[in-house]
Amino acid sequence: MSAALLIDITLWGSVAVLGFMVWQRGRVVLTAAAREGTMDFINIVPRVALGVIGSGYIAAVLPQEVITGWFGSDSGWLGVLMAAVAGAATPGGPVIGFSLGAVAMKAGAGPPQVIAYVTAWALFAFQRLILWEIPFMPERFVWFRAAVSLPFPFLAAAIAMAIGKP
Amino acid sequence: MAELPLKDPAPGDDGADTEPRPGRIRKPVGWSMIFIAVLVAVCVVLVWRRDGVGGVTEILFSDLELFGGILPRVLAGCLLGAFIAEILPHEKVSRALGPNSGLKGLLIGTAFGAILPGGPFTAYPVAAALLTVGADFGATIAMVVSWTLIGYGRAIAWELPIMGTDFTLWRIAISLPIPVLAGALGRFVYVRMYPKGEPPS
Repeated sequence: MSAALLIDITLWGSVAVLGFMVWQRGRVVLTAAAREGTMDFINIVPRVALGVIGSGYIAAVLPQEVITGWFGSDSGWLGVLMAAVAGAATPGGPVIGFSLGAVAMKAGAGPPQVIAYVTAWALFAFQRLILWEIPFMPERFVWFRAAVSLPFPFLAAAIAMAIGKP
Repeated sequence: MAELPLKDPAPGDDGADTEPRPGRIRKPVGWSMIFIAVLVAVCVVLVWRRDGVGGVTEILFSDLELFGGILPRVLAGCLLGAFIAEILPHEKVSRALGPNSGLKGLLIGTAFGAILPGGPFTAYPVAAALLTVGADFGATIAMVVSWTLIGYGRAIAWELPIMGTDFTLWRIAISLPIPVLAGALGRFVYVRMYPKGEPPS
């Protein structure tokens, strides 16, 4: 709860500071910018509603064992590949992503595989891509970004294998 | 592109005719929304068949609560994006984060993504704002990737309690070079895909 409060304070604090800086350029500029931001907000709300409300159902249908069963402890590079795919396929927010990572770890998945999973989830989770990134960013950028990010879950796993877990 | 004059003669007069900012495209409902809507509908039916109406409404209410909690933050993120697009001077941004900003631009993007407060509701509007005021794909990729991999917000709120401190710090240490590498790779590919600059979209 306190973490959420902290987030809200920094967030609205930043809005206030930037709003003040815009206001210094004139009231007209501030109203125009605020209207622009509010219009973005109104346009985005239906997508966010669908994403947030829908993700509960997607998560309820996709059984955790299916995802975590894909990568075991001595699964090597195939396990890394499966973990990366699983990360991209994991629906829902950070609770689900990290919980599945923790479950996999407890179930005996190797740390490099879990690293690949968490990294791929952070970079490509399809639901975040579709419901957050595409609505806000130019679509061309999103696909470009995702394509360019492809090697990095594997790089992270390779580094993890090389340095080992402390 | 002709080189931009480094010093603008006298900034525009009091917002009366400020340079028209390239408006962000407001997309109508596209295929991605339809896809996810169909996916959600199928999942609702599956939950209903498995758990009955009670299962469906239970998820609905808990998600509605989550949605209500997130809404104000989405508004804050949109305002943040609009304000940043207004404040940041185009020429400075394109010098610091543009195609010719080099490693420094990627590092600035990475640092910016790492310290940005909030969640996806701030990261993406702000990244979109950076693009409209002159950052290139490379620096923006560094920012987005840095936010998602080494941003402190998600790590503190979710990863530390769930995955533990050791794993989180280990993972972040491994991830440190990735935003810069991703941004560099992005630039490398971009100039080969679009050798004559950005295509008209």
